[in-house]
Amino acid sequence: MIAFYFIALLTLASALLVVLHRNPIYSALGLVNTLFLIAVSFVMLDAELIAMLQVIVYAGAIVILFLFVIMLLNVESEVRSARISKIGTAGLAFVLLFAVELAVFALVRDPSGAQELPAGFGSTELLAETLFSKGMLSFELTSLLLLVAVVGAVVMARRKVES
Amino acid sequence: MDLLISFVLALVALLILLQLTVLLLWVERKGSALIQDRVGANRANLFGGLLPFNLGIVNTLMADPLKLFHKEDVIPKDADKFLHWLAPFIAVLPLFVTFAVVPFGDVLVIGDRVINLQAANVNVGLLFVLGMVSLGVYGVVIGGWASNSRYAFLGGVRGSAQMISYEIGMGLALVAVVLTYGTLDLQQIAREQGKLMWGVIPAWGVFYQPLALVLFFIAGIAESKRPPFDLPEAESELVAGFYTEYSGSKQSMFMMSDFIEVAIVAALVTTLFFGGWQVPYLQRDGFHFPGGFFVGVPSLVVTILQVVSFLVKLFIFCWLQILVRWTYPRMRYDQLMNLGWKRLLPIGLANVVVTAVLVLALEGFTIK
Amino acid sequence: MNVPVENYLVLAALIFAIGCAGVLTRRNFIVILMSVELMLNAVNLTFVALSRQLVSMDGQMIVFFVMTVAAAEVAVGLAIFLAIYSQRRTVNADEISLLRW
Repeated sequence: MIAFYFIALLTLASALLVVLHRNPIYSALGLVNTLFLIAVSFVMLDAELIAMLQVIVYAGAIVILFLFVIMLLNVESEVRSARISKIGTAGLAFVLLFAVELAVFALVRDPSGAQELPAGFGSTELLAETLFSKGMLSFELTSLLLLVAVVGAVVMARRKVES
Repeated sequence: MDLLISFVLALVALLILLQLTVLLLWVERKGSALIQDRVGANRANLFGGLLPFNLGIVNTLMADPLKLFHKEDVIPKDADKFLHWLAPFIAVLPLFVTFAVVPFGDVLVIGDRVINLQAANVNVGLLFVLGMVSLGVYGVVIGGWASNSRYAFLGGVRGSAQMISYEIGMGLALVAVVLTYGTLDLQQIAREQGKLMWGVIPAWGVFYQPLALVLFFIAGIAESKRPPFDLPEAESELVAGFYTEYSGSKQSMFMMSDFIEVAIVAALVTTLFFGGWQVPYLQRDGFHFPGGFFVGVPSLVVTILQVVSFLVKLFIFCWLQILVRWTYPRMRYDQLMNLGWKRLLPIGLANVVVTAVLVLALEGFTIK
Repeated sequence: MNVPVENYLVLAALIFAIGCAGVLTRRNFIVILMSVELMLNAVNLTFVALSRQLVSMDGQMIVFFVMTVAAAEVAVGLAIFLAIYSQRRTVNADEISLLRW
């Protein structure tokens, strides 16, 4: 329980770092930290495989991509403007409301206790079985999506600028 | 008691890694001298050179680290101080953790207690290794960016692109191995390799997956940023690349991470492709040679033999990497990217497909 | 030792809210993308937590797909960003207003 609160506080702190820091490099580092800590939460929830995939895919690929682009373009720190736009204010109010709502939903719940976990829950075999039986169609479609993403990314990034 | 045992195991793994790292420093200096027909590392002696042998090894093991740790720690003006300080730690820490899942022996039987000789038994060990290796990139990228120097910056950009490119080749090579042995647990993979193929040849990964071995070795050297793939730190182009602006103990941490990566690649090659701690024909109770010969060996001796076997293989592959480092010239950046994306990736994919088909077709014939 | 599932759900709700606030208030295009990642991860956390609560692997399976989609999204998003940057030299999402009437 103490471990959970510790991890949760760290996660929230690094998530705030992402949003609040003006320098995008620090934001990216905050993001890695958040994702890594969420992976730790996954381990605590008996999802070791998902946790490792989280580290490999997010920390190893996605955030490095962010850092690469930030460094390539030499993006500078944002100048913090004194006023937040109207849409921003409305958005923040909405977000606050939303957070409270989600939290209330999470707390008011059917008080059935956690069930006993069967042996091998969260194992690679079980996940693979689910993935390749129930999720077979989605799995194939995902590969199509990745192909489209690769082609799309190459086309977008290689476009020549006229003039 | 269990806590004590896991503590001791972690300590042993750490000791193996640290000793190997420090020793590699000396072996690399002597090895490069050997290859370039020099004497190398021979300036240390006592009593004005009266000793009949030189103390090159002492120099590398003791004097060099001492000197490095006493040097002034220079932080460039306008550098991001916090990140500049953080980067070497990010570079080193994930690598230390990686070694925890590598098994360095089968089991040690003391009385009725059976101890698994592995610092941490993670059942997705192989993915753990991949994840931690991918975290190592951050040290390079952050170090390069925080130094506020063009050379370091270029090194960081090169490093980030190189390492995510070669992770793919590495991952595909590992997928083929996982398909062959049907598990992600490194200890389990090592145990599977104790079986025999046609009753004669040990079922080592090198016989099942020779292509994966080559792919993994190339990708591993590229991941550890050593020549011929040392573009992030290319000394003739970028001074010292991402650690140009580092000095003293922080610079030595980057140096150390380099050698730890060598040790980790060697440990993984050993575990995945050369039977890990397996000695050919050695079972728990003794040698079972083909043809029915049997030589009994006490359990403790078996364990010791296995650990020694692991260490010997580890040394061989470290040495192989040093040979490669001092033999091949650096690649150009476009050659590096071409090799990663146009050679390793398709070959790795083809290897995975062929392996998958074979595993399906020969179910029951393979060791599964 | 067993942490009740609602704790994880509250944590996820908070991370989601933080990400949402980031998307709405930040102007740097890259940071907006990062905030989207935060929101996706908050959802992943709820999926895994509920997957354990309901003793079903379906939640973990969905997380697998979410990760794939997130990777695709970032690749395309950053490519679009690179294209925009090479044309307009800006990272500010407010200035990218060509399609606004």
